[in-house]
Amino acid sequence: MPQLSFFRILFIALVCFSSLLFASPNFFYSTVDKKLNNSTQTSSWPDFLPSNLVKLGLDLRGGVYMLLEVKTDDVIREKFDFLWTDVRSSLVKKRKKLGSIRRIDTSGDQLKIEIGNPENIDFAIKEIDKFNSSTELFSSRWSGSVQKGILKISSLENMITITFSDEQKRTLEKQVIEQSLEIIRRRVDETGTREPTIQRQGRKRVLVQVPGLGSSEELISLLGKTAKLTFNEVVSIDSNSNVPAKLDEIVVGSEQNNELFYLLKKRPVVSGENLTNAQPSFDENGLPAVSFNFNPSAALKFGKYTKDNIGSPFAIVLDDVVISAPTIRSHIPGGSGIITGNFSVEESNRLAILLRSGALPAEIEVLELRTIGPELGRDSINAGKLAALVGGLLVLTFMWLSYGLFGIFANVALILNIILVMALLSILGATLTLPGIAGIVLTIGMAVDANVLVFERIKEEIKKNSTIYNSIKIGYEKALSSIVDANVTTMIAAIILFFFGSGPIKGFSVTLGLGIITSVFTALLITRLFIDLYILFYKPKVLRV
Amino acid sequence: MLLRGLFNQSKEIEFFSFSNLLSYISLGAILVSITLFFILGLNYGIDFRGGTMFMVSSSENIRVSDVRNTLSSSNLGDVSISQATNPLETLSAGTLTSTDNIFIIKVEKTEGQNIETKVKALLLNKLPDIKFLQIESVGSKVSSELIRNGVLAVLFAVISVLVYIWLRFEWQFALGAVFALIHDVILTVGVFSILRYEFNLSIIAALLTIIGYSLNDTVVVFDRVRENLRNFKSLPLLKVLNMSINNTLSRTIMTSVTTLLALLALYFLGGDVIRGFTFAMIWGVLVGTYSSIFVAAKILLILDVKRNWDEKDSKAGTQF
Repeated sequence: MPQLSFFRILFIALVCFSSLLFASPNFFYSTVDKKLNNSTQTSSWPDFLPSNLVKLGLDLRGGVYMLLEVKTDDVIREKFDFLWTDVRSSLVKKRKKLGSIRRIDTSGDQLKIEIGNPENIDFAIKEIDKFNSSTELFSSRWSGSVQKGILKISSLENMITITFSDEQKRTLEKQVIEQSLEIIRRRVDETGTREPTIQRQGRKRVLVQVPGLGSSEELISLLGKTAKLTFNEVVSIDSNSNVPAKLDEIVVGSEQNNELFYLLKKRPVVSGENLTNAQPSFDENGLPAVSFNFNPSAALKFGKYTKDNIGSPFAIVLDDVVISAPTIRSHIPGGSGIITGNFSVEESNRLAILLRSGALPAEIEVLELRTIGPELGRDSINAGKLAALVGGLLVLTFMWLSYGLFGIFANVALILNIILVMALLSILGATLTLPGIAGIVLTIGMAVDANVLVFERIKEEIKKNSTIYNSIKIGYEKALSSIVDANVTTMIAAIILFFFGSGPIKGFSVTLGLGIITSVFTALLITRLFIDLYILFYKPKVLRV
Repeated sequence: MLLRGLFNQSKEIEFFSFSNLLSYISLGAILVSITLFFILGLNYGIDFRGGTMFMVSSSENIRVSDVRNTLSSSNLGDVSISQATNPLETLSAGTLTSTDNIFIIKVEKTEGQNIETKVKALLLNKLPDIKFLQIESVGSKVSSELIRNGVLAVLFAVISVLVYIWLRFEWQFALGAVFALIHDVILTVGVFSILRYEFNLSIIAALLTIIGYSLNDTVVVFDRVRENLRNFKSLPLLKVLNMSINNTLSRTIMTSVTTLLALLALYFLGGDVIRGFTFAMIWGVLVGTYSSIFVAAKILLILDVKRNWDEKDSKAGTQF
């Protein structure tokens, strides 16, 4: 006769009861959701019950999924551009000794300088090495920490090559990503959306998920802009974009006039990184504008520049477009100013947000963009629910028809299995996606497998004329090896999917994996308990499986 | 009960009497699938090809040609348009109604926001009541990574399985199981190549699940083979294999049927988004069931298993 220990019954009852408890909020989703998100409204969901809900993936609730890549290489290239202007101005002073100085190969992550008199190359290296020992030589555009000895200088005949040490490159990359992450977070928060997820992914990537957002356009217009603001000296103004530009000059178009081009000094006088604040405001004519403040060191520079250049124009450049180019009318000492342009109120608002949240240190590229409308999400949930319901009923019926009473035992275990999966999903805070629902439906189909293996074994034992209890005991023992092997192999597939899959696919691997664990549990413990109870209390003479 | 005793066949089926013919058919199918893959290729979704996909709905009676005409003039690269079956034709609940026409538009280019804004403007201009249900855009950098990850995942799964079965059984079993898996994966790819169904990320997920399922079946048969080899030491291998397949046949059929029932429900009611996935799974369950009997066991027969399993010989794997 089967042994029924108190501990065994208690354990199973406890698992069933607590899984019911934890799964229950999901069956009253909207009621619980209201309670969680509208603290002002009273909800009929009682306080003493758990209120963990299964998180719905973007494909079920709608929203925007965005994979961005931060172009860190551009930053490194830009650093070398700035270094070049710094190094050049220091070497030019020694031109008599060094001969002509030329930068060759402007692309890539290195600075190559050719000098006229190769015999004095050691002198040039010594000059450049000064940058390595004094951080003050780096221009203000050099954001982030500058440590000593960050440059690797080597020479070949009349060529000097300057590169960053690997460590410096890594720290620089890390800085850029972290800064970008912070700025992206601030900008997404400005949209006022509920629970956005912003995560670093891999070395250079950022994953942004904003549930409930119906369109990505607003988000991209906020994230797509670097919002790099600079104030540059104007060399000349022309109606032709093919103005011959010197090495330290750049041609930039105008936002207000398509036929106007500015020849600017490449190196800005001050830049947006030195802003301490930016607010939407209005200019003296009552038109929308953005007012700003500089930090003290930039204010000093700006003050000096305006004092020296009264009467000449001066360009305000945002993301490589001249927004406006006012003429300096007087010395501006206080470090505050106003940007005017053809702004609408919304545009001046957005520009103020962008300037306040800071410029992205590098451009970002949208690698992957998925927008799911809320209608499709709702329909996917309904379709998934229906499929699960119909699939479940079909399997239940089939099991009952095939195994009779034992089929009903298996069916109760199957229903408990689904509840267990829901409870685990809620407790773990896992995300349910449409493929995740498919995983649950698939689990419904496959979960009976362990029971089928046992039942078939029991049938065989009955054929061998074993006693009723022995048939069951041996059936379970013999089936165990197959059950373990069969489920471990499926588990391997689920684990690999979890690590290689992204987004919705990951959701599938989670429900599949949980389904495997719970189905083994229900088949080995719950169905067994039913069978033991049946034998103990009904004492059947013949076992019909 | 109705179905009870359906599988209680008293006579053993001789599975290996026509197994040579089936081996040739399987080999032929594998060759055809590989050839098709190289000639026709696969109808890659934007996950793997890169590009932008729009799923739109309109309550107006528009046709594919209308949408095509709207988009053809502008320089969007390769544009493909297809009408999807409405996932809600069978549903009463939901916000979309069954009269909505749903179209899937795929554009070759991505270029971030520009393409999206352009296509949106063009469509809204011509068809003002159009609704954008889903927009996906995958750049070429990501799509090539997704391909690489997909292939790696499948390879990694096959290798892990090889190792697991090797540890639990003998190497002949591992080879048999892995051949069966490769057979299933290649045939699934072949079917997608012929039918031109979209091959996307979810199909990779399906392939991995098929690997798990097919293996599940194979392992149950192998488990019984190992047991019978111990119990019937003098019986020829062919007889042992045939007996084992017969022993487990009712279980094989039961589990396949319940899984298929659940999958069929998903296929017909689960909506368009996962239909490709469910199709792959249904095919995989059928092929996987077949291959665990006719490929895995057949290879075991060809390789010939060592029969002197002693209790001392611990290499035979761990018995639970």
